[in-house]
Amino acid sequence: MNVRSQISMVFHLDKCIGCHTCSIACKNIWTDRPGTDYMWWNNVETKPGTGYPSLWEDQEKYKGGWESDGKHLNLRATDKKRIIPNIFHNPHMPSMDDYYEPWTYDYQNLFNAPEGPDQPTARPISRVTGEYIDVKSGPNWDDDLSGSPIYAENDPNLEGLTEEQRSQMNAIERLVFFYFPRICNHCVNPACVASCPSGALYKRGEDGIVLIDQKRCRAWRSCVSACPYKKTYYNWHTGKSEKCILCFPRVETGQAPACFHSCVGRIRYLGVLLYDADRIEEIAKMEESELIEGHRSMILDPHDPQVIEAAKKSGIHDAVIDSAQKSPVYKFVKEWKIALPPHIEYRTLPMLFYVPPMSPVMSQQNGESVDNLERGFFHDIESSRVPVKFLANLFGAGHEGKVIYALKKQKAVRWYRRAVTVGDITMETAEAMLREADLTVDEAEELYRLTSLCTFDDRFVIPPAQREEAIEMMESTHEHRQSTGFGFSSGPQRGL
Amino acid sequence: MSSDSKIPWIADEIAPEARGWEEFYRNRWQHDKVVRSTHGVNCTGGCSWGIHVKDGIVTWEMQQVDYPELEAGLPPYEPRGCQRGISYSWYLYSPLRVKYPYMRGALLDLWREARGSYDDPVEAWKSLVSDPVKRKRWQRARGKGGLRRVDWDTVLEMMAAANTSTIKEHGPDRIAGFSPIPAMSMISYASGSRMLQLMGGLGLSFYDWYCDLPPASPEAWGEQTDVNESADWYNAKMLAVTGSNLNMTRTPDCHFAAEARHNGTKMWVFAPDFNQVAKYADEWVAINAGQDGAWWMAVNHVILQEFHHEQRVPYFLDYTKEFTDAPLLVEVKTSADGNKPDQCLRANRLSAYADVENGDWKFLMWDIKDGRPKMPGGSVGHRWGEEKGKWNLKLEDAEDGSPIDPELSFLDQHDEVLQLEFDDFGEGETIRRGVPVRKLQGADGSTISVATIYDVLMAQYGVARGLPGDYPADFNEDKPYTPAWSEKYTGLGRDTLLRFAREWANTAMHTEGKCTIIIGAGINHWYHNNLIYRAGIHALMFCGCVGKNGGGLAHYVGQEKLAPGESWGSIAMAKDWYGPSRLQNAPSWHYVNCDQWRYERSFTDYHTVPPNQPEGSLAQGHTMDVQVKAVRNGWLPFYPQFNRNSLELADQAEADGATTDEEIVQWVVDKLKSREMQFSVEDPDAEENWPRIWYIWRGNALMSSAKGHEFFLKHYLGTHTNAIAEDMAEGSVNEVKWHEIAPEGKMDLIVDLNFRMDTSALYSDIILPAATWYEKDDLNSTDMHSFIHPLQKAVPPCWESKSDWQIFRAIAEKFSELAEKHFPEPVRDVVAVPLAHDTPAEIAQTEMKDWITGEVEAIPGKTMPGLKVVTRDYKNLYKQYCSFGPLARKNGLGAHGTHYAIDDHYDAALKKMPAEKWDGQTYLSLKEDRDVCNIILRFASVTNGELAYRSYKNMEEKVGLPLVHLAEGSRDVEVTFQDLAAQPRRFVNSPMWSGLISKGRAYAPFTYNVEAGVPWRTLTGRQHFYLDHPGYLQFGEHLPTHKPKPMPTEYSDLRFSKEVGNTMMLNYLTPHGKWHIHSTYGDNERMTTLSRGVEPLWLNHKDAVQLEIKDNDWVEVHNDNGVVVTRAVVSARIPRGICIQYHSPERTYSVPKSPLRGNRRAGGHNSLTRTRLKPNLMVGGYGQFTYHFNYWGPTGVNRDTHILVRKCPELIW
Repeated sequence: MNVRSQISMVFHLDKCIGCHTCSIACKNIWTDRPGTDYMWWNNVETKPGTGYPSLWEDQEKYKGGWESDGKHLNLRATDKKRIIPNIFHNPHMPSMDDYYEPWTYDYQNLFNAPEGPDQPTARPISRVTGEYIDVKSGPNWDDDLSGSPIYAENDPNLEGLTEEQRSQMNAIERLVFFYFPRICNHCVNPACVASCPSGALYKRGEDGIVLIDQKRCRAWRSCVSACPYKKTYYNWHTGKSEKCILCFPRVETGQAPACFHSCVGRIRYLGVLLYDADRIEEIAKMEESELIEGHRSMILDPHDPQVIEAAKKSGIHDAVIDSAQKSPVYKFVKEWKIALPPHIEYRTLPMLFYVPPMSPVMSQQNGESVDNLERGFFHDIESSRVPVKFLANLFGAGHEGKVIYALKKQKAVRWYRRAVTVGDITMETAEAMLREADLTVDEAEELYRLTSLCTFDDRFVIPPAQREEAIEMMESTHEHRQSTGFGFSSGPQRGL
Repeated sequence: MSSDSKIPWIADEIAPEARGWEEFYRNRWQHDKVVRSTHGVNCTGGCSWGIHVKDGIVTWEMQQVDYPELEAGLPPYEPRGCQRGISYSWYLYSPLRVKYPYMRGALLDLWREARGSYDDPVEAWKSLVSDPVKRKRWQRARGKGGLRRVDWDTVLEMMAAANTSTIKEHGPDRIAGFSPIPAMSMISYASGSRMLQLMGGLGLSFYDWYCDLPPASPEAWGEQTDVNESADWYNAKMLAVTGSNLNMTRTPDCHFAAEARHNGTKMWVFAPDFNQVAKYADEWVAINAGQDGAWWMAVNHVILQEFHHEQRVPYFLDYTKEFTDAPLLVEVKTSADGNKPDQCLRANRLSAYADVENGDWKFLMWDIKDGRPKMPGGSVGHRWGEEKGKWNLKLEDAEDGSPIDPELSFLDQHDEVLQLEFDDFGEGETIRRGVPVRKLQGADGSTISVATIYDVLMAQYGVARGLPGDYPADFNEDKPYTPAWSEKYTGLGRDTLLRFAREWANTAMHTEGKCTIIIGAGINHWYHNNLIYRAGIHALMFCGCVGKNGGGLAHYVGQEKLAPGESWGSIAMAKDWYGPSRLQNAPSWHYVNCDQWRYERSFTDYHTVPPNQPEGSLAQGHTMDVQVKAVRNGWLPFYPQFNRNSLELADQAEADGATTDEEIVQWVVDKLKSREMQFSVEDPDAEENWPRIWYIWRGNALMSSAKGHEFFLKHYLGTHTNAIAEDMAEGSVNEVKWHEIAPEGKMDLIVDLNFRMDTSALYSDIILPAATWYEKDDLNSTDMHSFIHPLQKAVPPCWESKSDWQIFRAIAEKFSELAEKHFPEPVRDVVAVPLAHDTPAEIAQTEMKDWITGEVEAIPGKTMPGLKVVTRDYKNLYKQYCSFGPLARKNGLGAHGTHYAIDDHYDAALKKMPAEKWDGQTYLSLKEDRDVCNIILRFASVTNGELAYRSYKNMEEKVGLPLVHLAEGSRDVEVTFQDLAAQPRRFVNSPMWSGLISKGRAYAPFTYNVEAGVPWRTLTGRQHFYLDHPGYLQFGEHLPTHKPKPMPTEYSDLRFSKEVGNTMMLNYLTPHGKWHIHSTYGDNERMTTLSRGVEPLWLNHKDAVQLEIKDNDWVEVHNDNGVVVTRAVVSARIPRGICIQYHSPERTYSVPKSPLRGNRRAGGHNSLTRTRLKPNLMVGGYGQFTYHFNYWGPTGVNRDTHILVRKCPELIW
């Protein structure tokens, strides 16, 4: 057992309100500079939809992630064996058309226009060329765009849906959408790290955060291709790639990452997971149908004395083990099994997990009027508008069982709390539902509290960074204290 | 670390030397300080933000998460703040920032020339405005570029001169100010308002103008709006969300709804489109746009049939008896035509109560035990009588104290069953239904037939109960208001409706009222919004949900809560120096002054009223005629008041022999009666009646809120317009003088205070650089939560900007300087005011009688507007602005009918707070923004527990019930600005508000009324099902009902518009959007990037195919009112027949020109709207139908608008 600790994340999609506050919190702090303006380390997508960059899930197009035949594990497009000959030509790289051409407006025209016969306006201007621009795409172009023949209909996750399910995406009485916020998954088997010819990407030992060294990066952009989630971006100004850093300067000081802090839907949870690094390769090569269980089995019980002993042997601090024992992520992912990894079939073993969303009941046209299908007070999953198959393509490597299990638990908790707070259904009925959903009353109560009543401290259990120890590896912490902040600093320079 | 790792990329990096570069990101994160502030306009979020400052520059903002927790079992308020709020820091240093004062070049040149000719700036201004050629010169240039940077001295002098000249020539009531929704930055609002009220200018309302005031709220509860704080949604076990897109517009609150679902709450969402909040629904109900009223009418039918009549749920019946008007007796009016429910039976109609005080304003219930009518306390007659202590909800006779067990229904015991007539407006038929009545002997010996309101409601809703008449046989018969009937309007099946109604009532029955309607603009912006709301309110009242935590009507659109209202009101309205204030309902003002009334004929063209209206009925004719009548009878305010300068009247009266204020007032009355002097509203197009100067701050009055924007441009501004509508009122108006040609360019000067160049700024004459919300001290409160927040200077006002308080202070100072010469002595101003809510004027008019025809005497404050002589001291106006004046100390403070003395607190405060000394007096200082904040907090009941205690004490005397216990626990609370800067503070209980919030309990409105027995501020003191105002009877809105939506042809938006090419007519909906709060943030690069760079038009995919429009194509959207050119978004989530453009786009960015309008710049969403007012909302002087600013009056509806859309043939910039 080779125990590692990782700061891991859960996004509760049933609570996501699609507001994008997270995206701006991130943008304000990290990607407001020239060259980063098109970067959305955190973005929010409407599903079904094509996302950002456009159709990023289409790995036939982008060749991101890993593939495995059970024996070997290879990057789909940018394995080093292949990347060196192709280093100056990568046909699977997203282009500006797949992102968008950043723009602003000629705002000054409003102040400076001379008096004329008509009202001045501020026309859109390209941030790339400085010329007037015809805006044709953006980082959130298909926002709220359910029922779109261009966007919703082309979502790669519709694969395997029946014709009828696909057509419902265009019928108002049946269509649906939900939100899918995305940051870097800080994977355990990161394709970006593996792909870098310069070795500029690494996963931090103490917390698993994946970073691109801004000094070592040589702009090969292999990571951009390799990341199947398209969460590394090339900075055209500095010539370095950049990506979500999980706000490590905040995390190191005990603060939640900006996108977590700002999440006004309160959907985000963060905490330590301990996992067995010896099993990564084995799991990454598993059959698709086994991947979710395999990934979950890699995550270790922080209360298990053997795990604790092994963790200490790996140099994991007592305080981190303590933090892992309080981790809300552990509960969602491992104990309750209702948080699932996105596209585990990419085999990067993401450490960000999603609680799949519930959706309204289907309705149908009856002559002149519309009726909702009656399926009980809280309708069952089969009559929900979101096809389970669609969710399964996102979160279950195409297999519906895990998604149904997660949704059933959420429903059961609702019935149970209804019985407690209203009493128009009996506790007997509610408890039967809990049993069917593999929940005890105590678990249901805890799941409810962590979902609904969670405080800031419940959601974000951040391990102490022990910065004094990290600094001590370089210099005396005592001396560091005396000089921190002094000295000249400058950003990365192109070509270094 | 494992040494045998087979895959090298997972060999984690721990080597420190390789990680030195990580400082790169650590350095970015470092900052110098974090300052608590918030966002000060338009948004009712009230979120606490940490403004991060680095190198003296605001870098970004993050939410503060230190809200004190509420009671156990409620999710916390953290974080608050949305995508828009977190984008605000972009504005501070952006190229859109107004850094310096600007002036329209054409005006500046003329001004400099005039100042060269005239030493006196007042003379210079007069020379400009009295020269039609010069005046036209800068008016025609409005909005067309040519702005020039100027210095503060120049603009201050011009504004002061313009004010002075206008007051001298026309009177102070030609100077208007508009700033919306004070609660968000209340000191900033108060600045301009205070200066104008000291001057005698007028403040324009916003809540009704935005159409956010739900008139059904005053109709039912006598309350502007009072709603649950968002945490209380979590207490609801059934949430019906209708016309309110929670995650779009209640972004920081939405989690309470999402989280409630996991606590077993069921959520129904009603919307025509599959909207963003539908995502969270258990059931999304695809209701036809604007037909929600029909849904709720049928829901009420089911509730009454099954839960009231069949099950007789005790909780529902008891609640209905105790807290609603349902048991009150209503007279049946019998005529040759038939029997109709009429006004409520007045106590003095019976000999037992013939001589009671205010007997016209007290009402009767049938007592089961004693078998006779009895008179409960609590009515408006008790509220305003000499006798105190009877204004309460106790079920006992107010005369003899005997208990009352009210009979809700005479079904089992009655004298006869009468067939009463009811209007079916949908089919245009009169229906007759049997109602049980009792016969009483009147004091005059006559026989009076009475029914309970409850029985009349049962008949109206169509619940037969075995009675004869045209009742439906069951739910499946298509008669008003069965589930089968509703289908043809709502487009929804009866099965779904039945399921909803039963789940609703069942939940309320199990939880004693924990059902909440969350409702907003999607409902309130329709012409008949009051009827739609009322139907929903009835479902709450019938099930005992009002005044319960987790229950009630949660109306969220433009609503606000200026929590420390008493002290703020005194300062903002300058009541500490003078009274009364000039407060104008903006809907009437704009409808009249920018001539929108000229573009329509009789309102019955589109508003269905009962047939056979009697002579002189209010329910016929032109809206403008009702408007004139409303002003004349004191129902609504109107400024300018008269076709004369209000400063000259006292002198003229004295010249005619008047010696006292009373005689001056009588002189005015005589002049009005003899028609020698007229109300301005009677001839708004005459030059002497024009408004002249308009100050706009904190708002976007010329675009975002300008219903009929193109008419603003034409008649106010005198610049170009894209309206093609033509006059049509000639011949259909009687009360107003018709001018063949309507004036263009009524306004001499438009001043805009702004931090960004928005449409209002672009079209103004003077643009003043306002401090942003991170550059000034201010206060912020909301009804979404129960905390109060500061705005603070994270950095000083940037470039040449100043806070609003400092800007108006500077204008006041310059004005007082000019007054040394022009107004060396105090002036007397005759102020006309309407009959006012929460005053004895609530019992002014039992009937609608007009003094002008001699039907009644002309009595100021009774049958006509109140008139008061106010002496103003312009020379000292600046000093008054800076001093918390003597009337506050002397008269005490209050609001909503409360009162408390503050003299001792005032004197104590003088010992430790900054003071102003002048003319031998010492006053608390209002010079600096922070001083104002502290005075407001110090003297408001919600932030000073001792004053709350005092206010309850006074209320106890009126009510005759114990109340001070509600304040006992918080008597020692005294909140200061410094406290707020440290952590958000919660309000304390106060009788100014109707929710009880001790010990972390979530605010739910009317819990005070239900738990403490204090009446609602209505006619009867109870919640009203029945509205017996004579005007309402004429309009057929005395009962809940369903009226057809105005039809496009009759609504006349499309009389002159031609279909050019492949065109379709669609209903044009403008809900609140995701990427802006009104127009703010819409122009912010963050939001434009995350949206589509414009505010697009959302179209159904099949409609788009028919129009040959593809996603992102440019479209031209037009009607008689104007034109919009934008891009299309094509989606099946929009139903056919409607289109959506989220409001409010600016004209300032990314707006091309319109080929259909001669290649002129296209407009914003309000280019397609025009104001229509609902006339029955104009009545006054009668219980809750009595005017108050932003509380009562017609609203600026806009959702019935239709447009033509086509693919834009050519993109022209």
